[in-house]
Amino acid sequence: MVIINLGLNNPGYLQTLPSDWPGGFWWHWLLFAVIIIAVVLVMVMAFIYMARRQIGRMQSRVGPNRTGPFGILQPIADVLKVLLKEGIMPTNADKVVYWLAPVVALVPVFVIFAVMPFTNGGMLADLNVGILYIVAISSISTIGMFMAGWGSNNKYSLISAMRVIAAVVSYEIPVLLSIAGVLLLAGSLSMNDIVLAQDIPFILLQPLGFLIFFIAGLAEISRSPFDLLEADSEIVAGFHIEYSGIKFALFYLVEYGEAFILSCLITTIFLGGWRGPVLPEWLWFIAKAVIVWFVMVWLWATLPRVRIDQMMALSWKFLLPLALINLIITAIQVLALPENSLWVMIPVNFAITAVLILLWSKLFKLGWGRVEV
Amino acid sequence: MMAIRTEPFVLNMGPVHPSTHGVYRMRLTLDGEVVVDLEPVIGYLHRGIEKLAEERTYTGVIPLTDRLDYISSMSNNLAYVLAVEKLAGIKVPERAEYLRVIIAELQRISNHLVAVGSFFNDCGAYFTPFLHMYREREKIIDLFEMVSGQRLTYNYMRIGGVSQDIPEEFLPAMDRLLEQMPRSIDELDRFLKENEILLARSKGVGILTKEKAINCSVTGPVLRASGVEWDLRKMDPYSIYDRFEFDIPTGSAGDCYDRYRVRIEEMRQSLRIIKQAVKQLPSGPVVADVPHLIRPPVGEAYAHIEAPKGELAFYLVSDNSIAPYRCHIRPTSLLNLAALRDMVIGWKIADLIIIFGSIDICLGEVDR
Amino acid sequence: MTVALSGKEVAAKLEQQFPSSIIESNKDILLVKNESLFDIISFLKTTPEFDFNYLSCITAVDYFDYFEVVYHLTSMEHNHSLVVKTRCYGRENLSVPSIASLYEGANAQEREIYDLMGISFEGHPNMKRIFLWDGFQGHPLRKDYL
Repeated sequence: MVIINLGLNNPGYLQTLPSDWPGGFWWHWLLFAVIIIAVVLVMVMAFIYMARRQIGRMQSRVGPNRTGPFGILQPIADVLKVLLKEGIMPTNADKVVYWLAPVVALVPVFVIFAVMPFTNGGMLADLNVGILYIVAISSISTIGMFMAGWGSNNKYSLISAMRVIAAVVSYEIPVLLSIAGVLLLAGSLSMNDIVLAQDIPFILLQPLGFLIFFIAGLAEISRSPFDLLEADSEIVAGFHIEYSGIKFALFYLVEYGEAFILSCLITTIFLGGWRGPVLPEWLWFIAKAVIVWFVMVWLWATLPRVRIDQMMALSWKFLLPLALINLIITAIQVLALPENSLWVMIPVNFAITAVLILLWSKLFKLGWGRVEV
Repeated sequence: MMAIRTEPFVLNMGPVHPSTHGVYRMRLTLDGEVVVDLEPVIGYLHRGIEKLAEERTYTGVIPLTDRLDYISSMSNNLAYVLAVEKLAGIKVPERAEYLRVIIAELQRISNHLVAVGSFFNDCGAYFTPFLHMYREREKIIDLFEMVSGQRLTYNYMRIGGVSQDIPEEFLPAMDRLLEQMPRSIDELDRFLKENEILLARSKGVGILTKEKAINCSVTGPVLRASGVEWDLRKMDPYSIYDRFEFDIPTGSAGDCYDRYRVRIEEMRQSLRIIKQAVKQLPSGPVVADVPHLIRPPVGEAYAHIEAPKGELAFYLVSDNSIAPYRCHIRPTSLLNLAALRDMVIGWKIADLIIIFGSIDICLGEVDR
Repeated sequence: MTVALSGKEVAAKLEQQFPSSIIESNKDILLVKNESLFDIISFLKTTPEFDFNYLSCITAVDYFDYFEVVYHLTSMEHNHSLVVKTRCYGRENLSVPSIASLYEGANAQEREIYDLMGISFEGHPNMKRIFLWDGFQGHPLRKDYL
């Protein structure tokens, strides 16, 4: 466990505090767990605010600008409104399942942040199997969503829950395979080591891996164009249709919390994490996460959504073969090229990416017309 | 291989649903995600307009007709007053005819903007095309507010003409609109036309063949997208439509994508008609000399127009009193929905929403 | 321009096929007997000379002694139209043959006429009320209702 460096990239700063400040192992753990939860909550609210302003501008209108200067207090107003609403539970709902579902969905979201490298070594637990931990824990949220869909005793939420399971299970594989390419380059499963290995950011060395991870990640957290899992023009809010009040606030938090996780993961694995010249490290981390979120909201504002069978076809027929080919090519390159000339991979990989995407999009049809189930 | 036993279940897409364009209820029988059967239940907006019309004067029915297809009120007014004029043999002055054509075509553009925007909303594009189209529609609604004082239910047409002349700021605003609107439509079309996800969701989906469309009495852009060249403005010109040059866009495949393309092209053709009408606008009175309590002679009349959603017709029977004896409204949207069940069976829920959105109905007309 | 066919000419052409089925015909309308309505309309639909493939509208009007059901037919091929009428006398147990098997568009409109006027259509696949709920008493659009 390490203290989080609150200063510039100067290792001498704040060195006077002992490494288990304030007083022993458990107090140190408690303090920084609370700090991380607070940071996550504040960042999620900031993400909600940024998304609403950005979508407003993209829809030729201004986003919220009344509550507080520039509408900064809008997420707080939303949270207060949602918390004060009555939580109505359907009569025939399965009470234990219905009650536990938001908890099961929410806890993994916070637990994953224990291994996110906010600064150099600045995380709650510098596990040397960080990636494995993240991949394992992130699937537990899906069980929470299915519990919500089943326990609500509502056919709309059941349809949504089935879609969630099918989609998340399908998209796990391209996620893992695209991370595997990065692991070959970094040589370690630890999150901090991956950042330390990025003298050249991995987005340049692994363009195809980045694209696959981005698309598969969007599908995992059911954001547009894959937001059919909670599509509110078809199945009216999907699995959280029967939730209101605090339980609904928890699901909302899960959705944006997972988006924050995806932004942090992309920052760490592909964009170089906390590395950057002048500013403090945690500021670079947050800034890169915000840029990734900007792109995600941009996609949300502009693209319509796909259908469930088109989404499954995209995963199995398009992303999975490309991810396999990417892994093989990366393995060949890591073995063939000497240690210092990894930059050769950049133009080679970009060319391969362009060729593969063009080739595959000619061969693969995204389910135009009737598709047999 | 052992097959898993499955059972179809009944899902109620209730009257209150974000995508049913009003209070329309469908009882779906689903096998997983595939629609096996669809039973529509309507009547949630039934206000008895036909019965109410028998108790008001001929002029007093005009505000009732506003509330039929409330998105395109001017067209409803026009259909009704054409029926009364046919019944009573009234001739409308020239300036009123030109104003009616301009207003009707503006109404068509406004309606198609709403239709295409809602269609993209149903596709899942989270309001962005919707709001951009509404921004264009605001310019048209500003013009309507100038002539009639209202933004939604205009009550503008009168028996024998229109209720009041256009104010002087109308024509300069119209010129600005004629300059900007083609560019806006082209810009929106360019963004949306080749979108990969839109093509994947709507091409080949919900195909309505020519014969089935004619048999189901479907009219409007849905019929034209199926390949039938039937537009009442050319086939049976009413008012002064035979003086203008315009084309009738038709589709070929009859799927949702073709309906979207037909609506975009119709907007462009409407702009063409408006340009010609504004150039030829004569001066003169805007309403004929018609008594306030009009008593048409005994008889009946059936007048139909090409409303933005299809053929809207009024069948009026008169017995020489101040109120209509019978006023029947041909329900455009109800008949357009006659083909829904056959278009949807075999597709998934997501496609059902898109097909339903592409027919573009308004519950005011279905239920009356 | 859609030509409105004269009832008299059409009656003259239909005389051989359907003797004594046509009650009255003038410039505007063609009034036929109740029983032969289905045959006449299917003849008008299938004969290439008339080819009325599009049903514009079905209406019913309450004239106190009798109810009149009005059919507006159009041919998209030849661009002509015709008005066919039929009458049913009395106030109870009214029945007219249904043309829902010829035109799908007639399905919902005939249900509406049953719901609001009380004329039931024989041979209709789903003769139920469409706007009002199932237990509703009376038929609102009749002249003696309210």
